Amino acid sequence: MNFFLETKENFAISFKAITANKMRSILATLGIVIGIAAVTLMQTAIEGINIAFEKSIAAIGADVLYIQKFEWFGKEDFELYRNRRDITMYHFDYIKRNATTVASMCPTMGSPRTIQYGEYSLQNVFAIGTTNEYQETFGIDMEDGRFFTQKESDAGYPVVCIGTDVKNALFPNSNPIGKSIKVGTYSFKVIGVVEKQGSLLGLFSLDNRVIIPAERFTKIFGTRRSISINLKAEDLNNIEDTREEVRSIMRKARKLQPWVKDDFGINQQEAFRQTYEQLTSLIKIIGLIITSLSLIVGSVGITNIMFVSVKERTKEIGIRKAIGAKRSTILMQFLIESATICLMGGFIGLMISFPLSLIINAFVLPTSMPLWVVILGLFISLLFGVLSGFFPAFNASKMDPVESLRYE
Amino acid sequence: MESLIKIENIVKRYDMGAEELYALKNVSFEINKNEYVAIMGPSGSGKSTLMNIIGCLDTPTSGTYILNGKDVSEMDDNELAHIRNKEIGFVFQTFNLLARSNALHNVELPLVYAGISKNERIKIAEDALASVGLEDRMKHKPNELSGGQRQRVAIARALVNNPSLILADEPTGNLDTKTGEEIMALLADLNSKGNTIIIVTHEKDIAKHARRIIKIRDGLIADDTTKPLKGEI
Ligand SMILES: Nc1ncnc2c1ncn2[C@@H]1O[C@H](COP(=O)(O)OP(=O)(O)O)[C@@H](O)[C@H]1O
Ligand SMILES: [Mg+2]
Repeated sequence: MNFFLETKENFAISFKAITANKMRSILATLGIVIGIAAVTLMQTAIEGINIAFEKSIAAIGADVLYIQKFEWFGKEDFELYRNRRDITMYHFDYIKRNATTVASMCPTMGSPRTIQYGEYSLQNVFAIGTTNEYQETFGIDMEDGRFFTQKESDAGYPVVCIGTDVKNALFPNSNPIGKSIKVGTYSFKVIGVVEKQGSLLGLFSLDNRVIIPAERFTKIFGTRRSISINLKAEDLNNIEDTREEVRSIMRKARKLQPWVKDDFGINQQEAFRQTYEQLTSLIKIIGLIITSLSLIVGSVGITNIMFVSVKERTKEIGIRKAIGAKRSTILMQFLIESATICLMGGFIGLMISFPLSLIINAFVLPTSMPLWVVILGLFISLLFGVLSGFFPAFNASKMDPVESLRYE
Repeated sequence: MESLIKIENIVKRYDMGAEELYALKNVSFEINKNEYVAIMGPSGSGKSTLMNIIGCLDTPTSGTYILNGKDVSEMDDNELAHIRNKEIGFVFQTFNLLARSNALHNVELPLVYAGISKNERIKIAEDALASVGLEDRMKHKPNELSGGQRQRVAIARALVNNPSLILADEPTGNLDTKTGEEIMALLADLNSKGNTIIIVTHEKDIAKHARRIIKIRDGLIADDTTKPLKGEI
């Protein structure tokens, strides 16, 4: 009861003290304002980048391994890569015969082609040759029609599944299923439309493609290119085991001596994730440095004006003590004052960063300031308020009443 | 007569580097409930020092001080704050009001620290201000009041917690003679209603309001005289 009343009184005092020195209080909070604005904005931006990243990386598939000629984020000398042998259907078949922890696998090979239907045509469409297991390996859903069957795949039927970009360009007002289109100069029958996949990291569209049986692809476009062997692991949790298994099978297929390094890459989503995390942790570290610096500067400023405030009010402290204020009451009075100043700074910081987050959302990338960031921001300002105010408040609390009363 | 204050062999020493200064050398006396005492003496004789010890703002270097049966000389800071809040009402020469707060809030403040709820607080504080004749000045800030009015606010604040003892250190020192007389009349009135009052002054005219006069010189009691009541021999 007593504590509650005193706290209420202390809030009233700090409100009076702060409004009596508006300009000083506002200037003192500047560091806190910048710090809180920085920390909340940074978190909001990272939140947005994370969402965007997760969304676009999903197409790569967390449980899929890609055996390819090169690593995605290779860091070694180009010399090591230059003379690598191609990955071919021979390797695909070899793995298919020997792997035990692979749920499904498919080869992919591709090249850009022009697609044509009647008077409509679309250039630079990525034509992919693969098998019927492509659908299972990548978890592809069909918007319309179906994927090709094993029979169609093995026999190399001239059938094609098209991406939504292709559908929109070639069939603006008609149903593509059953129609005959030209891939390069060869005719294919459209049997399915792949559901919209979006773009990979916002860079290139995954829907600007056509998928045909690999058997057909090699027949008409040749075999002189390195392929990608895509394997879906039986169990995502054991993907590292699958990776090791496939690696040793590949080494056998390539007849590599034990002391020779791998001359192929096994890629997975993880590689993107690691590169991404390196990037965002850099952003985080920079943000953290800016935030801590401004908070420290702010904190020193608050401590300073709190010392001034205590000094100015020495007499008031004496009066309050003479009529019964305890040490703890005085301590709380000044702690509440500095906490209030910092909280105000936090609020102003949020009032700056929130509209900015809306601008980011509207023009840069879709994001929104999470509630926990708002709470975190206010909590940090409260914390800094208490920390910055502690020494001045402690000083005030242990002032001698007689001497304070004599102070002019 | 019931004893309110019992002071024995009080010493107050200030250590000033190499020197030691005895503001109070050895002071003993008793004060009963409902007494009206004036402490007189030249400047620097130790009046304020004594007053601060009696008021629990300061602690003696040695000696014992019993207030209302409680040994105050052994108390810690928190206990002293409690005593100041409940048992003592201060009136200072320079009024010592909170400049940013109005009269009502100044008078309310001891009640805040006593843990009394807002509504009750306002009622008690208004009554106290009315009892010193300031019912129409409650919302005035100290700088909107005359010296005499400020000292009345201070007296109302001293009264508001119903203390056992009212201490006034040169309460008229900053007032003109006429206003000073009014304040003294107010204190005399409080005494007649049962309050125990100790004032510090160096003016004979002011001291004459009190029945008992304790004179101190160089930190020692030089004289302690109680006037006989009218009718007493
Ligand atoms: N905090 C202090 N430090 C050192 N000396 C002090 C202090 N307070 C009072 N004194 C000294 O103690 C003596 C008594 O002072 P005080 O009680 O204020 O006298 P009075 O009120 O009678 O004028 C004076 O000599 C004064 O200088
Ligand atoms: Mg004095």
